[in-house]
Amino acid sequence: MATNNAPTGSDRRGFFRQGLACGVAGLAALAPAAVGLRVIFDPLRRQSATAASVKVTSLAALPADGIPRKFPVLADRVDAWNKFTNVPIGAVYLRRTKDDQVKALHVACPHAGCFVDFSPERGEFMCPCHNSSFSIEGRIATPGSPSPRDLDPLTVEVRPDGGVWVVFQDFQAGRPDRVPVT
Amino acid sequence: MKALLHWLDERTGWHGWVRDVVFAPVPGGARWRQVWGGTLLFAIAVQFFTGVCLWAHYSASAQTAWESVYYLQFEMPGGWLLRSLHHAFAQVVPVLLVLHLMQVIISGAYRAPREVNFWCGLLLLQLVVGLSITGWLLPWDQKGFWASRVPLNIIGIIPFIGHDLQTLMIGGAAFGHHTLTRFLALHAGLLPASLIAVLLVRAALFRRHGWAARESVSARDAGTPYWPDQALRDGVASLVVMVVVLYFVLRPWWTGDPNGPGPELRAPADPSEPYSAARPEWFFLFLFQFLKYFPAGREIWGAIIIPSFVLGVLFAMPIVGQWRLGRRFNLAFLAVLVAGGLLLTVLALREDAHNPAYQRAVTGADLEARRARVLAGAPAGIPVTGAVTLMRQDPLIQGPKLFAKHCASCHRFDGHDGTGRPVPEPQSAPDLAGFGSRPWLAGLLDPARVATTNYLGGFKARTGKMVKFVQKDVPAYTPEQKADLRRVIAALSAEASLRNQADVDRREAADLKAGAALIRDGLRCTECHQFHRPDEDATAPDLTGYASRAWLEKFLRNPAHPQLYGKKNDRMPAYGDQGILTSAEIGLLTDWLRGEWYESARASVP
Repeated sequence: MATNNAPTGSDRRGFFRQGLACGVAGLAALAPAAVGLRVIFDPLRRQSATAASVKVTSLAALPADGIPRKFPVLADRVDAWNKFTNVPIGAVYLRRTKDDQVKALHVACPHAGCFVDFSPERGEFMCPCHNSSFSIEGRIATPGSPSPRDLDPLTVEVRPDGGVWVVFQDFQAGRPDRVPVT
Repeated sequence: MKALLHWLDERTGWHGWVRDVVFAPVPGGARWRQVWGGTLLFAIAVQFFTGVCLWAHYSASAQTAWESVYYLQFEMPGGWLLRSLHHAFAQVVPVLLVLHLMQVIISGAYRAPREVNFWCGLLLLQLVVGLSITGWLLPWDQKGFWASRVPLNIIGIIPFIGHDLQTLMIGGAAFGHHTLTRFLALHAGLLPASLIAVLLVRAALFRRHGWAARESVSARDAGTPYWPDQALRDGVASLVVMVVVLYFVLRPWWTGDPNGPGPELRAPADPSEPYSAARPEWFFLFLFQFLKYFPAGREIWGAIIIPSFVLGVLFAMPIVGQWRLGRRFNLAFLAVLVAGGLLLTVLALREDAHNPAYQRAVTGADLEARRARVLAGAPAGIPVTGAVTLMRQDPLIQGPKLFAKHCASCHRFDGHDGTGRPVPEPQSAPDLAGFGSRPWLAGLLDPARVATTNYLGGFKARTGKMVKFVQKDVPAYTPEQKADLRRVIAALSAEASLRNQADVDRREAADLKAGAALIRDGLRCTECHQFHRPDEDATAPDLTGYASRAWLEKFLRNPAHPQLYGKKNDRMPAYGDQGILTSAEIGLLTDWLRGEWYESARASVP
């Protein structure tokens, strides 16, 4: 318990000196603090590459039985100092509905980002984490589901040579609207 | 020596410090029930020591994190025990801390002037939670990779700052090198430093307030010094904790757990591979279960608002507890929390125990973890691209997945889809488990089985010459002809050069020779098939090198190849020529069907 008498009255010089001491110490710490924060906050300023169309498979690999099949998405990826060519960056469920029509769904559950599993016995996507389930089209299957939205559809293009191209993109989890992760 | 210590004391006053701590009076004398603080400090000390030892062997990057942990745990002597201790005490610390805080709440020791002590305890709890969450990810295995997504996504739903906070923790948009470097900085830097700071504040407060007196102890009772009576009790309690931990850590040794002792290290992280066995540590299960009850839009209540509210009430306890009714409220609140936590934990465990999909996922994760360990321990070592490459290039891991995706809608493997799951569609093509082996060929040439869907029953060929031959000719065979048939089977199977038949093929070389001669001339095989002799009139698949690697690869590339099924190919796609599978994938599928994958020569670790 400090019982020293703090400077009372109009000790302006003392007050000034205290302020100066704080200011000088702050100034001395400015450079490391600023540069440290600049580096720590760097990811907020960085925009990752926009979603690009990636060839995932060929139409021949998708029997037209309407059953979703999981395919890895291979693309080039830059991870800080490394550049990887043709590595799995994620996965999609592809489902051929008509002869030349393919639907693609992102594998991540929009609730918390777990990898949903297609259960052929139930004909539904099941999230292994918090029990969200989705119909074969990716719609929320149960009322009161933890998932805030349907599974995320991705744009698919079947090119004339039979290549199935998907615009692959991650979306932020836990929100009702679809916001791409950038 | 004494003079030197005296000199030091004059300059530093260390003697007073030591006296204040070591000889601090314990009101009412040494008690067993007062050992929890001491054991908690011991457990935290163990975490610091083992943590630094782990850190010294850890390499934070997406291609080296799993690899360095693997190397420490499975290649360095004692590494598994070091990780075990850190992993076990990571569970002991929160348990002891919670017990300690409960004791404080129950005994009312948070009351003036010790409110700040109690708040420090709550801060410690949050730091320990943070340490636990940041620790999961560091091994960069499937579990850490997928389980960490959940708390990070929960951070993402915090209003206003959530998304930025999440980006800062991940170090970018996607998990990568900087996620690990940042998590390591938190786990081994910022959080432990904060923990020490809080402990120092607590120590300073302790110097000020001393041991909390129990209500039954009169104010005049000066108590007995901490040293040595209470210290002995603390020591014994710490030893007991250590023995209990060692019991659990070493138990897999004598129970024969196939995963061996040592904490789990799942397969290396792979963003394209699901991990359905992701669960938080057991002491977070209640939160995990809690989240299931919040439908979309309201999860912020379960994940953020209610936990913050609970924490707020806990922080307010010293204030509320000033009144008699307030103390009762605090006790009731604690009782509800504990009961709720236990109930949710039990519910989570029961739900998982009755969830076959989860059980299957755990079994699968165990298998992949063991496989990753075997591959990483192979003489070829881990490539610089990381152990995940080993998994992606392993027939035993990839074969079943490729089979399930591309083959199992018609074929079966031992009755399932290759990965052990049943297939809803009816089987319409052969079961390929043991394809080309003697038992498989014996089934093909068995009149009772040839026309089942496990062989040719699902094809147009069920009315063809082969089925007719097996169903009409074979049953009429004399015993000598049946012996010839067995030789033919052995010789044809030898064409596959299957690894698991190498020994028997070598032993029965004479029979194989006779069998090969019978294929050429004895039985009626070459009426339709070719066998080591070009025959332009052949109408059935070439039996030269039947089911060998080259034959099977050629077959998968294009079953309608003129030397194979030609125009008679039923409906099987040309996996290679149509671009369905890459040649690497065809190779993986072929090797898996033929049982060709790396197997470790050494016994499983450790």
